[in-house]
Amino acid sequence: MTTTPTLPRNDGMPLDLDWVMAVQANTSAIERRAATLPGRRSVKKDYQAAWLCKAISLMDLTTLSGDDSAGRVRRLCAKARQPVRADILTALGMEGLTTGAVCVYHDMVATAVEALDGSGIPVAAVSTGFPAGLSPFHLRIAEIGESVAAGAQEIDIVISRRHVLTGNWQALYDEMREMRAACGDAHVKAILATGELGTLRNVARASLVCMMAGADFIKTSTGKEPVNATLPVTLTMIRAIRDYHDRTGVMVGYKPAGGISKAKDALVYLSMIKDELGDRWLQPDLFRFGASSLLGDIERQLEHHVTGAYSAQWRHAIG
Amino acid sequence: MTIKDIFNTMDYGPAPESKAEALAWLAARDNLVGHFINGKWTQARDDFATSNPATGVKLAGVTKGTPADIAAAVTAARKAQPAWAKSGHKRARVLYAIARLMQKHARLLAVMETLDNGKPIRESRDIDVPLAIRHFYHHAGYAQLMKDELPDREALGVCGQIIPWNFPLLMLAWKIAPALAMGNTVVLKPAEYTPLTAMVFADICTQAGVPAGVVNIVMGDGDTGAALVSADVDKIAFTGSTEVGRKIRQATAGSGKALSLELGGKSPYIVFDDADMDSAVEGLVDAIWFNQGQVCCAGSRLLVQEGIADRFYAKLKSRMDGLRIGDPLDKCIDIGAIVDPVQLDQITAMVSANTEGETYQTKAPEGCFYPPTLITGLSPASHLMQEEIFGPVLVATTFRTPAEAVEIANNTRYGLAASIWSENINLALDIAPKLAAGIVWINGTNMMDAAAGFGGVRESGFGREGGWEGLAGYTKPKGTTKPLKRIAAFTTMDGTPADPLDRTAKLYIGGKQARPDGGYSKPVFNPRGKLLGHVSEANRKDLRNAVEAMNAAKGWSKTTGHLRAQILYYFAENLSARGDELARRIKDLTGKSGTDEVELTIRTLFTYAAWADKYDGKIHGVPIRGVALAMHEAVGNMAVFCEDAAPLLGLITPMAAAISMGNRVTLVASEPFPLLAAEIYQLLETSDMPGGVVNILTGDHTDLASHAAKHHDIDAVWSFSGADISATIEKASASNIKRTWVNNGRAITPTARDYLAAATEVKNIWIPYGE
Repeated sequence: MTTTPTLPRNDGMPLDLDWVMAVQANTSAIERRAATLPGRRSVKKDYQAAWLCKAISLMDLTTLSGDDSAGRVRRLCAKARQPVRADILTALGMEGLTTGAVCVYHDMVATAVEALDGSGIPVAAVSTGFPAGLSPFHLRIAEIGESVAAGAQEIDIVISRRHVLTGNWQALYDEMREMRAACGDAHVKAILATGELGTLRNVARASLVCMMAGADFIKTSTGKEPVNATLPVTLTMIRAIRDYHDRTGVMVGYKPAGGISKAKDALVYLSMIKDELGDRWLQPDLFRFGASSLLGDIERQLEHHVTGAYSAQWRHAIG
Repeated sequence: MTIKDIFNTMDYGPAPESKAEALAWLAARDNLVGHFINGKWTQARDDFATSNPATGVKLAGVTKGTPADIAAAVTAARKAQPAWAKSGHKRARVLYAIARLMQKHARLLAVMETLDNGKPIRESRDIDVPLAIRHFYHHAGYAQLMKDELPDREALGVCGQIIPWNFPLLMLAWKIAPALAMGNTVVLKPAEYTPLTAMVFADICTQAGVPAGVVNIVMGDGDTGAALVSADVDKIAFTGSTEVGRKIRQATAGSGKALSLELGGKSPYIVFDDADMDSAVEGLVDAIWFNQGQVCCAGSRLLVQEGIADRFYAKLKSRMDGLRIGDPLDKCIDIGAIVDPVQLDQITAMVSANTEGETYQTKAPEGCFYPPTLITGLSPASHLMQEEIFGPVLVATTFRTPAEAVEIANNTRYGLAASIWSENINLALDIAPKLAAGIVWINGTNMMDAAAGFGGVRESGFGREGGWEGLAGYTKPKGTTKPLKRIAAFTTMDGTPADPLDRTAKLYIGGKQARPDGGYSKPVFNPRGKLLGHVSEANRKDLRNAVEAMNAAKGWSKTTGHLRAQILYYFAENLSARGDELARRIKDLTGKSGTDEVELTIRTLFTYAAWADKYDGKIHGVPIRGVALAMHEAVGNMAVFCEDAAPLLGLITPMAAAISMGNRVTLVASEPFPLLAAEIYQLLETSDMPGGVVNILTGDHTDLASHAAKHHDIDAVWSFSGADISATIEKASASNIKRTWVNNGRAITPTARDYLAAATEVKNIWIPYGE
């Protein structure tokens, strides 16, 4: 793999409410763009295989269940190290491919860090009272510290949706700023829970406020809301990222999470990122898929690419 | 490139759609395109080639239709028409079958279209073909409903249809579906550059059981089109350039052939400072880089509010960099080939000749391709802001206020479409009615559907295609008309007055009685040869003054229907009070009792007073989350040459119809009995009618007709005159493609709805919504 130069982190900026309030998001127009994009972009044959490998390298392989155990997390980490059957990777010339990260609850961080030791795969922890984010604020901040101490290199925080819904941008900014500070050197992904924000305009404004407060990534969902990542939400958030970059020069990452389970969908997401943000954003430091079942579909597509025969789920190792 | 290389570059790579099936389809027909006449293919010849513009490779040889071919097609269509018009349900079944078959052959149609035209397969596959299919489904419904919903209308007969190369199949559908639905038969001439999907369509007609002669397709070029225009058809429907449209208007003038014209445009794309800028930028991709900008309704004139212009341009340029231009058959291409090197040369020449503003252009491959281009910093006076380029070239300027946006937007000879981008519903819905356009898209662009009318105002043409309003163009009132008898004015050598009191009838302009510019008056005699008085002889300058007065009265179009109704009722009341006197005056002039005419006039005034606030538009069921409002708007300034026989009713009926809908009107009174008009002046003055809304001239119809029809600031001319001026009016109207409604020397008896339809334009305002 080629390595891309490390980017400076997003240090944020003072809250600029004029900018925030000027942000618009026309739902119908955004939906039209999202609906037509899959018809405008098509990736075939070797290109498709390469793009699917890219999707794996950008994947936060995730388990966020009440019944997670050390054994379950170790199994997932093994899959992160070897996401695709070795013979298939060899045939593709993609030996050494791993997922972008493994994403777990705080209690599983230590296990995951140990299981991934030496692989270079970072561990991301969901934090701050995930998924609702309604536990006492000082505990949410403390939780971040605990996860970082346990070895998490990335912290996926959840924002207080009520601040967005009541238009209390200052509160959202302050909260995000404090969480960012608590992360220290760990990168912070701000989960907006877009399915609970009511409007795309709110999504756009919340995206911007979180970036102003220093989020390294903005992320759609916890995976626990009724509606998670969608193309219109993605378009809204990455346009906010583009605007932030245009005005500050700082690149912020994007992570759609929840609901992306098909290889075909992953290709659409990648083409949307490529077209709206540019190629630089197709690297793990600026883009991640939060997904659990997507990998299985990609594996089958890759085997089909290598053999010409449609694959079956049981031919690929579970995570 | 290895997979690992691609993994690193993340390029798109080729994604070609196969052309094998389409080429095999052509090869099976010896790569020759003939005519489809009376259900059969004619012997094909290789008169000219149709080529794939992306490669320059010849696809097929095409037969050029001769006048004899056109005549054969028209004869077949004529013969087939009566039977075809009989059953709406049978037509519905056939149209439905066409739609179903088009669906089955959708990919063949899409690939053939892209091969022949050069447009990206994404567009032909996802837009052109589905919309064409939708048109046949939708119009199958109109065929079914015609008997119940349009009981007073019938088919025109044989329709000649001439379509352009930019949307070959879609324009075919827009023309053929409504014509067939209403019981007409057609002779269609596809564009010279793009005959192939019409050929596939003819095949589909055979499979769908379209009776022989109902659909005839004659291939050819402009000569073939000209032969069709002059053939024995009942209507010409044309989509194409304004220049050719003008010629067709002139050629059909006075022939009695119905005409609809969908012509050029220079549609404004207005971005206010509260717009969702990224969405507005993306909208421009669909507005001007759709179909390589070869779209009559392309949003080709960008108007941006000054305060956001720099940021907007920067975003736009960055979006342009991402447009992929190349092989139209590639599924990952945004912009394909220009239809023909001739067109490419025209675009290149127009852009090269421009020396103003700043030009930003991306790269295009070698061959018949033109790169997406943005020219900023132009002013309304710039050549490229006024002239249609018909290519992927966007020109831009800025504005400061909503009023200035409207002013710049309307500063054009065209009036097809417009886009408004704003998150402020008050602003957007205020601007939409103010734009001179047949179609307005709010926070969107290039939305089209079979359920909504498409068509323009000004030099963008007249008539609508699609929706209920589109059916008017393919039907006529039931029944036959008789020739109109010419009524001569009474003359005498005697000249002694019937009444010693001198009657001096002036003209009525701008709410005042005005002496004629020429200073001439003409005597009017009663049936017994006694001098009744003199009327002023209006000339072109009086007409000009009347138009100035109409312009000064533009506020009338903004009044409420309720107010217009009140004034019409008041006028009726005043007229009624002087009813006996007016009846006597009619008797003096015509020798016939005027009692009935006065009574009918009062009724007519009540009718249009009633309609003034009730001629509602529609909300069309277009397939979006949103509405398409089909609003009735005033046409503008109108001139009417009034009927001869009924000096009062013939004057008041068109007046009432016109002004009830918010038009300003100049009436040229009955030629043989003009003196009655003078009685009306005082009535108007005492009825709160604002000056300039109604102007009345007396004078020679033949002399005034061409001046009225040539005047660029008159939007419509009607003639019910006994003078032989229909051809003159239609011919001269070509100057600004004004709306005309003439009697062609027939005694026509229009209904109130006929008048109201002629007194209004339908503007479709698309309002997608959702938060």
